[in-house]
Amino acid sequence: MDSAKNTVIDAKDLSLTFETNDGPVHALSDINLNVEEGEFISFIGPSGCGKTTLLRVIADLETPTAGSIMVDGLSAREARLARAYGYVFQAAALYPWRNIERNVALPLEIMGLSKSERDERIKRNLELVNLAGFEKKYPWQLSGGMQQRASIARALAVEPDLLLMDEPFGALDEIVRDHLNQQLLSLWNKTKKTVIFVTHSIPEAVFLSSRIVVMSPRPGRIHDIITSDLPRDRDLDIRETPEFVSLAHQVREGLREGHSYDD
Amino acid sequence: MMTRAWLSNKFGPVVVVVMAIIVVWYGATILLNSPFQKDIYKRGNISNWTTTQLIADTMQQKRPVMPAPHQVMHEIYKTTVLKKITSKRSLIHHSWITLSSTLLGFAMGSGFGILLAIGIVHSRTLDKSLMPWIISSQTIPILAVAPMIIVVLNAVGIQGLLPKAFISMYLSFFPITVGMVKGFRSPRVLHLDLMRTYSASRWQVFWKLRWPAALPYLFASMKIAIAIALVGAIVGELPTGAVAGLGARLLAGSYYGQTIQIWSALVMAAALAGCLVAIVGLAKTMVDKRMGNTSVGANS
Repeated sequence: MDSAKNTVIDAKDLSLTFETNDGPVHALSDINLNVEEGEFISFIGPSGCGKTTLLRVIADLETPTAGSIMVDGLSAREARLARAYGYVFQAAALYPWRNIERNVALPLEIMGLSKSERDERIKRNLELVNLAGFEKKYPWQLSGGMQQRASIARALAVEPDLLLMDEPFGALDEIVRDHLNQQLLSLWNKTKKTVIFVTHSIPEAVFLSSRIVVMSPRPGRIHDIITSDLPRDRDLDIRETPEFVSLAHQVREGLREGHSYDD
Repeated sequence: MMTRAWLSNKFGPVVVVVMAIIVVWYGATILLNSPFQKDIYKRGNISNWTTTQLIADTMQQKRPVMPAPHQVMHEIYKTTVLKKITSKRSLIHHSWITLSSTLLGFAMGSGFGILLAIGIVHSRTLDKSLMPWIISSQTIPILAVAPMIIVVLNAVGIQGLLPKAFISMYLSFFPITVGMVKGFRSPRVLHLDLMRTYSASRWQVFWKLRWPAALPYLFASMKIAIAIALVGAIVGELPTGAVAGLGARLLAGSYYGQTIQIWSALVMAAALAGCLVAIVGLAKTMVDKRMGNTSVGANS
């Protein structure tokens, strides 16, 4: 790693235990993770391994019960208040009473940006996700893939250096998913943003990431971190190469060792 | 096929129902008025009456137990079209008096109801402390409270429109509060989380999420509220000594046994309520259109 780069995420001995009626649930246990500026990190693991919870801790949507977490050199809460990140949820979470343009405008209105600044950012980011021409449509008039693209445009319009994405393409079919993966990758390549991406798809994780964090359940913990030396500039054909296949194999082995395939 | 197309359009069913009501009404008129009519025949020593004559006579009594529809319509025609609006005997004059206190009370009730709901949603203490009082306020019979409200407000110098509007408000804030509490709490966790990632303030969350999410609930509540605001205004007119308004017409009618006057006031009140609810429905359609027909389409 280039030592001149800034640390964006710094988690030390992070744990999160939910108290439930059936006793405590250890969602996260002793998480240690460093993310440098410009990385594309994937969290992969079976459901219940805490990958979404970890992302929510970074976003200050959950509070850890032990350990520390720094985002951009600030506490998670301060980083959230400073709007240091953009968050893309599993579902598009568009407001049904706002058209696409006004949905993208939502965070910009909250930030108190001027009308002209808002319009400029809306136009630029909708073009980026290929939704130009759909400004006046309402969410229900768009397909699932288009809705998710609109929600990505909304997150990007905040112009965060850090993008947190929680299985954003999980509900989409494979063709649309491939297409969006490519778009996301070229966006990352162009903007040099830091991306943290939660997924349960091995090909998706390997295709997108510069590092893959393999997680395992009960308690939710990091089993292994695999560094990818695939070039930053990649296209879908790379998935046929031996390097790709070998990385995917490593990830699968990691998941197996972490008992992810056990019942 | 022609009739079927006619039945399935917007006005067909309405016309059918109205006709059915009129038929039942005429039946009731004959049934309820014939004992008195037979009594009249007996006292007048008329023994050669026919059924046709009886039926005709039941529909033209001066103070019938049950006035016939055409008698009521004639009375309404007489007291609306043929009377000057400024006249004390004009039904439009009385309707307007009731309508104005209904609208004022409804506006006050909606405002108060929304404010209460905002308080309840944003404060756990208010939620715990206010809700039982709000519910028990509605279990008190309004007929018992109305005279006291009028008397108390009169004692502090508030007269005229406001005391009646106050009773309308007392009745109409309740469905608004209950509906809006539900509406303000209707946003999904996901939509609230999104606001949190933007570090939005409470007021931004309110105006940009809770308020628009609650609007469908507001219109549903307002339909109920405006109808009972009218009831409140009429009830409020009863203890004022029946000076003016539809309530006054009802009371005066019952003092003097003017059943036709009572029924024409009742029909007028029902028509008024129908119009008010329809106006709320129209407003809902307009707002729906501006919000992308949300209630039709989206689940996202």
